[in-house]
Parts: sequence; structure tokens; C-alpha cells
Amino acid sequence: MKKENTNKTANLVSPVRPEIKRRSFFKLMGGGIFIFFNTWDPLELMASPAKKGKDDAPDFNAFIRIDENGIVNGFTGKIEMGQGPVTSLVQELADELDVTFDQVNLLMGDTDLCPWDDGTWGSLSTRFFGEAFRAAAAEARAVLMQLGSEKLQVPISQLEVKEGVIIDKNNQNNRVTYGQLARGKKIERYMDKKPPVKSPAEFKIIGKPHFRHDARLKVTGQAKYTGDFHPEGMLYARILRPPSHASKLVSVNTAEAEKIPGIRVVRDGDLAAVLHELRDKVDEAIVKVKAEYSGDDMKVDDKTIHDYMLNAGAKGDIVDEAGDLATGKSISKTMFTSQYRGPYVAHAPIETHSALAYMEGDRVIVRGSTQTPYPAKEDIASALKIPKEKVRVIVPFVGGGFGGKSAYQQMIEAARLTRLAGKPVMLIWTRKEEFFYDVFRPAYVIKLNSGLDSNGKITMWDFNVYFAGSRGSDTFYDVPHRRTMAYDEGNSAPKVHPFFTGPWRAPANGNNTLARESQVDIMASAAGIDPLEFRLKNLKDEKLIAVLKAAADKFGYIPAKGPSGRGIGIACGSDAGTYVAAFAEVKVDKNTGHVQVIRVACAQDMGMCVNPQGTKIQMDGCIIMGLGYTLTEEVLFTGGKVTTQSFSTYEIPRFSWVPKIETVILDRQNEPPQGGGEPAIVLMPGLIANAIFDATGARMYDLPMTRERLLAALKKV
Amino acid sequence: MEQMIHFELNGKKVEKLLDPNLILLWVLRDQFGLTGTKFGCGEGVCGSCTVIIDNEPVRSCLLPVSDVEGKKVMTIEGLSQNDKLHPIQQAFIQHDALQCGFCTPGMIMNAYGLLLKNPSPDRKEILQGMENNLCRCGAHWQIIDAIESASKVMKG
Repeated sequence: MKKENTNKTANLVSPVRPEIKRRSFFKLMGGGIFIFFNTWDPLELMASPAKKGKDDAPDFNAFIRIDENGIVNGFTGKIEMGQGPVTSLVQELADELDVTFDQVNLLMGDTDLCPWDDGTWGSLSTRFFGEAFRAAAAEARAVLMQLGSEKLQVPISQLEVKEGVIIDKNNQNNRVTYGQLARGKKIERYMDKKPPVKSPAEFKIIGKPHFRHDARLKVTGQAKYTGDFHPEGMLYARILRPPSHASKLVSVNTAEAEKIPGIRVVRDGDLAAVLHELRDKVDEAIVKVKAEYSGDDMKVDDKTIHDYMLNAGAKGDIVDEAGDLATGKSISKTMFTSQYRGPYVAHAPIETHSALAYMEGDRVIVRGSTQTPYPAKEDIASALKIPKEKVRVIVPFVGGGFGGKSAYQQMIEAARLTRLAGKPVMLIWTRKEEFFYDVFRPAYVIKLNSGLDSNGKITMWDFNVYFAGSRGSDTFYDVPHRRTMAYDEGNSAPKVHPFFTGPWRAPANGNNTLARESQVDIMASAAGIDPLEFRLKNLKDEKLIAVLKAAADKFGYIPAKGPSGRGIGIACGSDAGTYVAAFAEVKVDKNTGHVQVIRVACAQDMGMCVNPQGTKIQMDGCIIMGLGYTLTEEVLFTGGKVTTQSFSTYEIPRFSWVPKIETVILDRQNEPPQGGGEPAIVLMPGLIANAIFDATGARMYDLPMTRERLLAALKKV
Repeated sequence: MEQMIHFELNGKKVEKLLDPNLILLWVLRDQFGLTGTKFGCGEGVCGSCTVIIDNEPVRSCLLPVSDVEGKKVMTIEGLSQNDKLHPIQQAFIQHDALQCGFCTPGMIMNAYGLLLKNPSPDRKEILQGMENNLCRCGAHWQIIDAIESASKVMKG
């Protein structure tokens, strides 16, 4: 440990960030004990190359401040959109620092105050950031113990900590609180040597179920989301929107809109907006703005997109390969050829994209609903052509993200408008704008050929995914001859997708899992083997086997070959490092095509579980949300015109849909934590497809499994 | 043309000079600072703007403020009394019946309206009564449990 540094900038972690920045930072933060830790590289935290963070990252890495009242403040660039890091990160800090849950305050998503972060996505908050946060807390505790030892004049080995009070074990009256150590001081401490984090056996708070930390604020209406701020002089904005993503603005006529008293019209290139202090008035004005557009739409729609994709001449990349497909084919007794297709899917959070932008001196402050405050800050700065230091992004509570708020177009728009208007500007997208500018889960085609020998062993696996990405496309099953190909992954093919696409809760994985688990089910049925037995027979992956067995136990599964008429489906898979399996029972109305999911039992191996309650809620949430893209959700479009514009035509799960849900979290507290916000959702399409097959003998290949599609499939049985 | 609108808001008589066509949701949020009532769709479909008007749950995003003249309006902010949470709010906390929390005020107000009409709903009646309030996070089961347990507490 290094000696105390007061008002001196020793051991600057980053050679990049100038000292002046640190000074202004401290001015902003006030007194207390600051613990900086630089023992980890934030770039390691990222699942993807974090090129943008490089020059921003290593200075104020995740850090902690102990206030004079003993409150431990944790600072994180993560944001809270419902998945619960607001609770689990507090648990981690409290446990490592030996304070109570209530002695921790978490400050999230403020680019001036919090350490750089790539974004809240990919189920990374616990499995990567949380680990670093714990390490930081362990460092903070070591610093406090050192200070306590100096204060109490006893060696550290003689000290213990209870609820933020450092106590001399030999003299209980010789004690000092964290808050007392911080009083009247501004201390920076740095750690050279990384103290160990606690072992699971020492956990008092981690691993125990905790209810949401933010619940009281949210049930009283006091929780502040972006739209709930209202600075003096704020104007609401509505922006002129094109009819299609292919449209180019030719001319605008705002004469009629300007007749509304108090309306201001602003223009900047393609950006045309109306502003007023009342929301009603901008709603009234925007429809009076007349515009002409040019531009040709792509000749593709929701019906033709899949053929369009297959004919796009996409190049494939090998994701995984073993053995030789021709050999696999030659030793197969039976071959199975399937094609699975799915539509564009919307994120549809209940809070639409919102942003409030205003000037503070020469700085632009943007509050916004985004999962990625730091990338937003950079892009706002480039859009306004100002240095990024002149931009501060603050993310309050976010009303649902699911990947869709990784995008932040609305924040750039609000920032541009506040500069044009010279007033604070609030932009809350309408539901129609939300559907139009959503970065949809991409449509896809998966072609899958597989082979089976006469012993019920899978001999060959030829998996090809088009335009949606390969996440979750792992074969998992023990197949000697296999190849997985991905054709133009993700966003790299703007000529195929007529609008933007992006991450949607476990991107690509639900599609790939659907294809794999359906195909396995098809083969199990053809082989006349119970689908669980068939899976176990073809699996070597111990983690998948364990979750399958745990889910089967919870469900009370009785083997039978499919279709058994019982309506029971099975699926397993992995996402974000977590292994997951589920069993479901459905009831199918063969006259109407209505599918009611009766119950789901789901088991998850996520390594160390920080908050079992939060995990259960996430598993339930994944299962319920997953019913939507399984059964109804589909974005309709003609070229760049998105014709789905409302919840009345885009059906998301409702109360009457929800099955009974039972969950099992496998006890793996000694293993590293994995993701929890996404895994269970990847199972739902395959799980329900297999259950429908078991109920009716009808195989559903395409998403969503609408009543019409099911009735058509039933005719083929 | 502005006119004086009078109504009772969270137990207090209020009056304000307003364009009578303004939508209640935005009047509550912007004129009275009651931002617990949320904008989710503006089409009366999602239910996050639900408030209670004369004991009925109503979508405030489509309602001109003139419609509440002389009526009693209650928002999420009016549900707790002197910091004491209403049993429904308490139950939502105890059952972890929320995630992102954006639909929560509308859910609670709709549940309040439901329990006013039917103090002892069975689970099926709760499902039916809540069917048109949308939650994207999937907190449905916890919400149902919360409403069921709140109804028991409220009956005493």
C-alpha cells in the first residue's frame, strides 16, 4: 500500500488524462476518502473490442468514496433498466466492505462522475464489472483497515469490522467508524497489491436473496426517468419524420404549424422540429408540417425478406468445424433437412427513447434513456463538433432497454435541438417513432441439415445462419462431423436489412437455439426415442446435462417418445456463460390455433449467484418476454416503411399468457459468476415449438408461431 | 381559449387556467409536477398513464383536462398518505413486482381501481382486470401475487 496522498497527484493511473481534470473532479466530489484502483484493465471487461474506451478508460476506474457519514458510495457507468444491478452491485460492495446493505449508495451512469464503461448489455454487469467492483471494494477495505490501524494504534491483524465500524478485538471500546476516518479529510489512496476478495464461505450478503433496492421509489412514482425532469424554460420537441428509412427530405413547409401561438420551428439540414413549452402543442404542430421526400424503397417486405436474404449472395464464415460433412453424410442412416425463419422483432420498452438536453456554460448536458452513456457522449460530441469534455451524459432510471437502448439517436437529436433553440429541450419519442427507429432484432434464415445413425446417435450437423449472427449456434451435442457457418453476421449487411438492426436480449441466440433444439427434437421423434433420453445420449457437456436433469426433476418429467399428445417440450442451451434448460407444457386449441403455455420449469447454472431473488425475477422475466417473440411479435414493413406502429398491432405478452413458472438455480457459488439477464429467453421459441409438436404432431419452423401458421401446420399433420 | 378548470387532485381542490383541450397526462406531469403518471404509448393501449377518476381507472393520455372538471382525480402520488404506503404499494415491494418500474404506477393505479370494484378478486379476475396493462420486463406473476396479497391486507 502506498502512503497517503493529500492534494497531490501521485501515481496517476493514466498518462492520458490531464491533472486538471482530476482537480475539477475533486471539486465536484467534495470530501471523504477516495479509493482509486488500477489493478485491472477495463478493456478486459469488454466482450467486444473496446476501442472507443482506450483513451478514456484507465483514469477513474470503478471507484469508491467513503463519506463523512460513513456511507459507502460506489460509482459505476452501468445503468439500471430493470435487470437489477442497482441491487446486486450494492450487495457486492456491502459484503466486501463489511457494511450493511443500507450503508451503500450506488451512483450510476453519469459520465462526469463514474468510471468509463462500454455499456450495460450482454449480461456483463455481474460477470465482468461486478468482479472488478468486488476487487475494488476489497481494496477499499484494505485502505480503511490501514487508516484504522494508524488511528487506533493497533496492528491490522488485531482489527475486525462490523457494519462499517473498525474494532480492536482486544479492546471493544477502541473503535473507529469508516465515517470518522473520512471526517474533514480528502484522502486519495491507491493500491499496488491487490488484496483478495472474500471467499464464498465468508459471504454474508452475496448469495442471499435481496428484493429490489429501488422498489420504494418506483411504487410511489418518485423514481426519476428521463422524461420526469423539467428544468426552467424547457421546451418539448417533436421532429419531422420521414415515411421511410429510404426517404430523403426535399422540402419543408412549416407555415401552418407556425400559426400555433408559441410554436418555434428549428431547422438544421435534415433536422426539422417544432418546439413548445406544452407537449400537446408540439403534437398538434408536427402534423401541420408538410414535407416532400425523394428516395426509392428497397423492393422487399416482411413476406419476401427471407428469400431476399437467401438470394443476396452472402459470403459465409466458418464459426465451428470438426470432422468432414461428406463423411458424416455417408455414415448417416437418415438425413433431416430443415429451414427455420424469423422476422424482425422490436424491443418495445414501455418507456420510449427520451432525452433532455440543456447547456451549462459551454457544456451540453444530456439526460437520456440509454444503455451506453459513454458511447453516447462521444457521438453527441462528434455530432455537435465539440470536444467530448464539453458533453456530460447522465442516465437516470431507464424504463426498459433489452438492447434497444444501446442506441441513443434521441440524445443526439435533443443535443442538436438545445443548441439551436438556446433552451432546455425535452424529446420523448412517440410509440410510432419508437417502432420506426428501433434497432430491430434482425430477421433470419437458418438452414440445417443433420444426420442420424441407426443407434440414435447424431452423425452429422450442417448449420447455416443467414443475417442474424452466430451467438448460441454452438452444436453442444457430440457430433463427429459438423460445421457451423454464419452468412454476413449482424449489421455488416445494410443492403439486406432495410433499416437498422441491433442487439435484442440475447441476440441471435433464441433463433439458433430454436433451430438446434427443434432439429434435435425432430431426430428424437424419428428415432422413436424420448427427447430427453435422446439429448442425454448425444450430449457430453456436463453443464448442459446437469441443467437438463435439474429441470426435468423440477418439472416431474415422465419420459415418452414424441409426439406424445401431452404437449410437453424440452430445450436447452447457453448464453452469456450460463447454461440453461427448460421443460414446458402447453395446451393447443386445434380449432383456433391458440397456444396456452400452462407451466415452465427452468434450471440455470450461472456460476456464483449474487442475488438469487434477482435471478429468479430475471428468469421469470425472460420466460414471459420470450413468449412474445415465440408466439406473436413480428415487425411488418414494406421496404423502409415500418407499418407496425402501435401496441395494438404489435402484440406483447399479457397477464393471461403467463404460465406457472418454477426455477432452479444450481449451487455453483465457488465458480465465477455468469450472465443472468438473458439466458432463459433463448430457450422459449424452441421450447414452445417442441411442446406444440408434442401436443399435435405439427412442427413449427417459423417465428412467430401465430395462430394462422399453426392452423396451416396442423393441416399438414 | 383558456378557461378555469376545477377538480380535486389527490384529495386537494385545485383550479388552473388552462386550454381545456390539453391532455390530462401532460397537465398532471407539467402543470402539477406529478411525474409518476407515465407516457408509454399515447394511444390508451399500454396503461402506464392510468389514474383514478371518480373511483374508476382511466387512461390519462387521451383525456382532455376539461373532462375532469368537478371530478376527483388520484395519481400514484396520492396513494400513499403521509409517507405511509398503501397496501398495494407495500405488496408490490414485498413481492418484487417490478423491474424497470416504468409501468408500475399504472399497474398499481389499475389494481387500485380493480380492488375498489371487487375487493376479493380470484386470480382469474385479477388476470382479466390487469390484462390491458402492459409490462415488457415480465413481472406479471409477481404483480398478480402482489394484488392478491394486497386484497387480503385491505380486507383486514
